[in-house]
Amino acid sequence: MYVADSRASTSAASAEGAVRPRAGRRRAAVAPTVLALGAVSLITDVSSEMVTAVLPLYLVTGLGLSPLGFGLLDGIYNGFSALVRLIGGHLADRGGGRHKWVAGFGYALSAACKPLLLLAHTLTPIGLILAADRTGKGLRTAPRDALISLSSTPETRGRAFGVHRAMDTAGALFGPLVAFLILRATVDGYDAVFTVSFCVAVVGVLVLVLFVPNGAHRARTKSGPDGARTKSGPDGARTKPGPDGARSQATGTAPQGISGDTAPRPTLRAALALLARPDLRRVTLCALLLGLATVSDSFVYLLLQRRLGVPDRWFALLPLGTAAAFLLLAVPLGRLADRVGRWRVFLAGHGALLLAYTLLLTSWHGTALPYAVLLLHGCFYAATDGVLMAVASESVPEELRSSGLALVQTGQALARFVCSLGFGAAWTAWGDRTALTASTVALALCALFALTLRRPAPSAPSEGLA
Amino acid sequence: MTLRTRILVLISALVVLAGVATASVLHASARADRKNQAQPGGPEITAGTVALATGSGSRMIFRNMAWGPHRDELTTVPASNPSGPRTASKVKCLRFYAAAGTGVCLQSVHGPVQDTYRAVILDTRLRETARYDIPGIPSRARVSPSGRYAAWTAFVGGDSYAGTNFSTRAAIVDTRTGKLTPSLEAFRVVKDGRTYHAADVNFWGVTFAADDRTFYATLATKGTTYLVRGDLRARTLTTLHTNVECPSLSPDGTRVAYKKRVPGLSKDAPWHLYVLDLRTMRETPLAEPRSVDDQVVWRDDRTIVYALPGDYGADLYTVPSDGTGKPRRISTAAVSPAYVN
Repeated sequence: MYVADSRASTSAASAEGAVRPRAGRRRAAVAPTVLALGAVSLITDVSSEMVTAVLPLYLVTGLGLSPLGFGLLDGIYNGFSALVRLIGGHLADRGGGRHKWVAGFGYALSAACKPLLLLAHTLTPIGLILAADRTGKGLRTAPRDALISLSSTPETRGRAFGVHRAMDTAGALFGPLVAFLILRATVDGYDAVFTVSFCVAVVGVLVLVLFVPNGAHRARTKSGPDGARTKSGPDGARTKPGPDGARSQATGTAPQGISGDTAPRPTLRAALALLARPDLRRVTLCALLLGLATVSDSFVYLLLQRRLGVPDRWFALLPLGTAAAFLLLAVPLGRLADRVGRWRVFLAGHGALLLAYTLLLTSWHGTALPYAVLLLHGCFYAATDGVLMAVASESVPEELRSSGLALVQTGQALARFVCSLGFGAAWTAWGDRTALTASTVALALCALFALTLRRPAPSAPSEGLA
Repeated sequence: MTLRTRILVLISALVVLAGVATASVLHASARADRKNQAQPGGPEITAGTVALATGSGSRMIFRNMAWGPHRDELTTVPASNPSGPRTASKVKCLRFYAAAGTGVCLQSVHGPVQDTYRAVILDTRLRETARYDIPGIPSRARVSPSGRYAAWTAFVGGDSYAGTNFSTRAAIVDTRTGKLTPSLEAFRVVKDGRTYHAADVNFWGVTFAADDRTFYATLATKGTTYLVRGDLRARTLTTLHTNVECPSLSPDGTRVAYKKRVPGLSKDAPWHLYVLDLRTMRETPLAEPRSVDDQVVWRDDRTIVYALPGDYGADLYTVPSDGTGKPRRISTAAVSPAYVN
């Protein structure tokens, strides 16, 4: 098993490296840890989406507050949440892999916010509670993704992330349903929604604590420069001893900043120095550039409604369309990514987004158009969200996995935020159609650039294998 | 911990949490029974006929919020005795307004998956003549003095994770032709003499003039609110004044009563009631010291009526429109009043 592992890592720089499953190799099932994390995400999303779904109603009819202007904080908070994400990633790597506990703290923090909503009746405390909730989400994301990547073999990472994202999305779809069933069964039952949401969130934390093994000992037993290392999956079930020579060379193109050691100590400096790795820098740069041309979801739905005259009563259902497509396609596209190359699928996902934009720009107004756009939009998420994490995992050493993934996620999130600011400004100045045309062109250019940037990659292993 | 122990721990926790969750849902659903019981000391309410044109003196029609079998129904009282016995109509509304024999009632519709909302146009005998979907939580409702146009506002929002972005949509319908303008965003905005575009434009609180062409509303963009004058024929909106929310035009068409965001007040209750003279653009603060979050109603050219939070949702108050006098409570457990003759 380890042979396959190291061989894949040898060509880690190319997504194609992961393509060659050995004939007769057992079709590895998704690791129990991934399933457990998927269950945690599913449960937690049921909990958080319950609150998200009733929040506007609660503020307006439950508390009689006027929620306009409430969103002003969102912009400021976006910057803060990027910082939180990096901190979460770094903390998880420190002390030899505390992913489980940092993620657990994030989940617990969000869970603790739910009963607090029962006590807050004015905008400021509610805003603070929601900010704390989102801080929990920011903290847990990178360590959780790191756990997923560390507990799956490189050949099946795309699928592992796909399974996780599908479970996550299922929870997001299920949550609002539960919330409205409760509201239906009660009168002004917001307190019941928050209480149930809290109970569900606690179950999520418990599943994490009980069924997700801590990978701590794995990182600590990590070896010196001789490359011998004992690798045991965080699920604790497998022990994969073996030399790590090939791997260390592949990723060991690291610059001096990381002391040339294959097992860089997870310091803050080492985390930042990750960006000096050509591999990761390329991935981050591409994610950033593509993120800069990725119009935020709410604009996509707004455009869809404006261009196609989607009736108001269907407007709230548009995000469900994207989520449904994401849910259905996450696993198949993750598997496809394992087979034909993750980077290819990642770029193809942006191709789907490009197609969706183009459809929005055409004069075709068929009834199938909203379905096609939402399908492509969901396809974009399925082909990029988890897949990007799988791609990035190839370029980050295990010791810094969480920091590295956090770096890529943060770059992408900030780029998307900048894009939504820019898109809003372009919409204001030139109208929606021109703004979308500009984004489409930008996305096409960024995708082309990403293609060329990545092309030399297949020969990249030579850097390490010299 | 062995797998067995872990599963046992999880199951025991599940039992406890399921118990807590069930108890909270039961507790909240028991509230339904309580709210269907009339409260001792509450207003006297009897079922009867409610009409938008009485011919028998001025009456006030509103949403009754008192607990009991007629909760949330449109009820009526003589305008001269607003705290007297109420006559209930069986028509349930969240928000309501009426003028010249046309009513607009914003209702929630219980669907299988979630609640949706609609605006129902009512004739003089509260029979439905048309209905329109509303894309979010209903907030304001108005009918033009002639009864021809109706308008409503809804809050739309909150679909991102713990997201707090809200927007509003203001719709206007011509009840004679059935032509609906789902959002005022379709109108051209003229700000400081120039056409203005922005993605963050929100509209709310429409109020109509007597000419069936002019209306006023609030426009919000880049953190500032404006009073805009709308033209139904030219489909334009022109900014007139800043810091104006939920305008309400006086019957003589010369003044607008509105809520103004006053610096120094708390973020949750930032408004003070003002009247703006449209000829001189002079602002007059009204004698209500509390923050009011309502689109007020003019009872006549000198008196306004508005809702403030009360024990059973909301109570109605009145205050003179010239800044003098003192606010006075005229009715408890009531919201969305309209005066009909």
